[in-house]
Amino acid sequence: MIKLLKNIIATVSVPRLIIIGFFIALLISAVVLQLSISELLSSSLVRIGMNSVLVLAILPSIVCGTGPNFGLSLGILCGLVGGLTAVEFRLDGYTNFFAAIAFALPLAVLVGYGYGLLLNKVKGAEMMFSMFIGWSAVSLMKMFWLVAPYSSPEMAWPIGRGVRVTVALLNRQVAQILNNTLIFKIGDITIPTGLWLFFFLCCFLVWIFLRTKTGIAMHAAGDNPRFAEASGIDVDRQRVIGTILSTILGAIGILVYAQSFGFYQLYESPHWMPIIAVAAILIGGASIKKASIANVIIGVILFQGILVVAMPVFNIFTQDMASMGEISRVIMQNGIILYALTQISGGE
Amino acid sequence: MANGKNTADIKLHSKYVHMVKSFLTAHMVTILFVALSLLALYASNMNIFLYVTDIVSRISRNAFLVLSLIIPAVAGMGMNFSIVLGAMAAQAIIIFVTHWGVTGFPGILLCMVLSTPVAILMGYLTGSLFNKTKGQEMITGLILGFFVAGIYWFFFLQLVGGIIPMDNPILVLSSGVGIRTTIDLSGGIRYGLDDVYRLSLPIVLIIAGVIGIVYRGFSFFRSKNQTESKLTFFFSIIVFVAAIAAGIAIMSSTTLLNNVRIPVVTWLFIAGLCLLIAFFQHTKLGQDMRTVGQDRHVAAVSGIPVDKVRIIAIIMSMVLASWGHIIFLQNMGAFSTYGSHEQIGFYSIAAILIGGATVKKATIGQALLGVFLFHTLFIVAPAAGRNIFGDAQLGEFFRVFVAYGVIGATLALHAWKTLLQSKQKQLGS
Repeated sequence: MIKLLKNIIATVSVPRLIIIGFFIALLISAVVLQLSISELLSSSLVRIGMNSVLVLAILPSIVCGTGPNFGLSLGILCGLVGGLTAVEFRLDGYTNFFAAIAFALPLAVLVGYGYGLLLNKVKGAEMMFSMFIGWSAVSLMKMFWLVAPYSSPEMAWPIGRGVRVTVALLNRQVAQILNNTLIFKIGDITIPTGLWLFFFLCCFLVWIFLRTKTGIAMHAAGDNPRFAEASGIDVDRQRVIGTILSTILGAIGILVYAQSFGFYQLYESPHWMPIIAVAAILIGGASIKKASIANVIIGVILFQGILVVAMPVFNIFTQDMASMGEISRVIMQNGIILYALTQISGGE
Repeated sequence: MANGKNTADIKLHSKYVHMVKSFLTAHMVTILFVALSLLALYASNMNIFLYVTDIVSRISRNAFLVLSLIIPAVAGMGMNFSIVLGAMAAQAIIIFVTHWGVTGFPGILLCMVLSTPVAILMGYLTGSLFNKTKGQEMITGLILGFFVAGIYWFFFLQLVGGIIPMDNPILVLSSGVGIRTTIDLSGGIRYGLDDVYRLSLPIVLIIAGVIGIVYRGFSFFRSKNQTESKLTFFFSIIVFVAAIAAGIAIMSSTTLLNNVRIPVVTWLFIAGLCLLIAFFQHTKLGQDMRTVGQDRHVAAVSGIPVDKVRIIAIIMSMVLASWGHIIFLQNMGAFSTYGSHEQIGFYSIAAILIGGATVKKATIGQALLGVFLFHTLFIVAPAAGRNIFGDAQLGEFFRVFVAYGVIGATLALHAWKTLLQSKQKQLGS
């Protein structure tokens, strides 16, 4: 019995057990405090769904061996440019959503390719490098947004030039478009079917890709680069492909996120999104070197689930629930990343 | 005969070309930055008096912090992003000292004394963590900074005023729990160090020039190998004489530069730290640190307790950073309770890298040059942005971009060089 327990602790690891314990404690207190469970569940489903593709975007980068993609902001920015362009053409509804993806795709491929080449030049320091290239891209794009030549009324300031801080999607009928597709209710619980179907579709495509010849080669390149090189796999090329895939998924991910949120947030929010996504996949059981689709799904459910349930529970205990939610997120996400860093083969 | 002379000429020529080339590549970041700063300075159209006043106060504010980055870099741990922990320790202590109402220079001393044990403890814990993540110290330090910031927020937003009583309507939010987002230090420790003693710029220039000439002359006539150091000797003498001349010129004119007042004690602190670091690198521990920085395995084989040395390096850096942040904040006069520490981490590291430091090598000169260049750009960027693009905001975003971009680019360059070297080693063996 004790042995079994020890085994569980060893495989799940202490930090994850703490997080799971925290989640259970939150759920119990939600029940005890008689919060509306159906409401919590409904908003959890939305929150989990809207973040899901962003978390999925981290998967290929870990699989191909570049380590978690802290530079996901590059993909996110591509997605935002695509999204704004679709709004600029005044497209509505699903046309807008898919046009945004279509505009973002070539950009993401290009950016991902260049980024992948750079990552090959900095082997061993990828995480640090990707963090800073992501941040510099975000601040570079801030300058771009200030002078961007978009003119549609959703985006442009009434006077002067540049794009607004947030671009509302309601007028273009894109807001919650995935969430509201095939939406239905079980009792009081609302199921955002379209959102989850889209997420599962993405997961499925990635799952299939990882089982193609390229996908298997990528796995091999990430698992053991030297061995892969010896068996004739072009490791650098696999890393570039993985990076491109991650960037593309990042672009799609932000569009999924934004349609549910109802706005494009241009200036500040791409800054921290990569760390949140990385933390989620790590909470789901991934390491710096190994990850699977299951890790993505478990991780995003646990992390976002906690964040949704925590808010109303904290509301009872403290007057300042917004900052308490923020604090617990910051501690959890950075704690799990720190833990994952200490697990890299003894550090040598 | 003529032929031989020609080849010698060509050899000499190519030697110079090579020297220039290697100088350019070795100092690429710095040269680029000098050009950028000059351009921005020109475009900003800035009043020289305003610029000098600002740069003097910014250098005295930030130099100590940037110098605290040197020791861990020498010990092979890269840029120490965990100095934000030291900064948080300093902020926490400053909040309490402000609450107790200790002001001025005694307030500063009290802050320094109290923040030291906290910084030592944090340094010990951080160093131990870094020993578990060897090779990834920088990203660990960065994430650790965010993690501890979460705990720091929890302490000052949720506990202080609630579980930890603090009855102070100026510091605590109106709800009674949590510290306000900005803390005003005027009437507290503001200028506590700067205002101890100030001298006007020309006098400082003259005094520094005289001291420099005396010191240089003394060390020159004591050194045995006079021919080699002759060039540097004359060069430095010219610089010092120029400083004296500039001082006299300013004094005898009526420019506003006479009104620039240098915080002497703060600069003495900075100079003292420079001397201390220079001295420390010649001690046994300093030498051990250098060995650890060059090759951990060689160091371990020759009997140096690698892990212990690394922890000591982080502790020293952490303590210096907490003092440096106290100096920083007493000059600023106000700080953002939940954000100031984050900024100083990025900006100090960007500054030292701009000065030409790399992840493995950082010197006092690079730190000082970096602070000067980085803050020059910081002062003039908004004005330059307004003049060139008609938008000051653009200049502000640009300097943030520069801070991140410089860190990213130097990291990349260093990682790339290491990769090439290890490949060459593999080919050679």
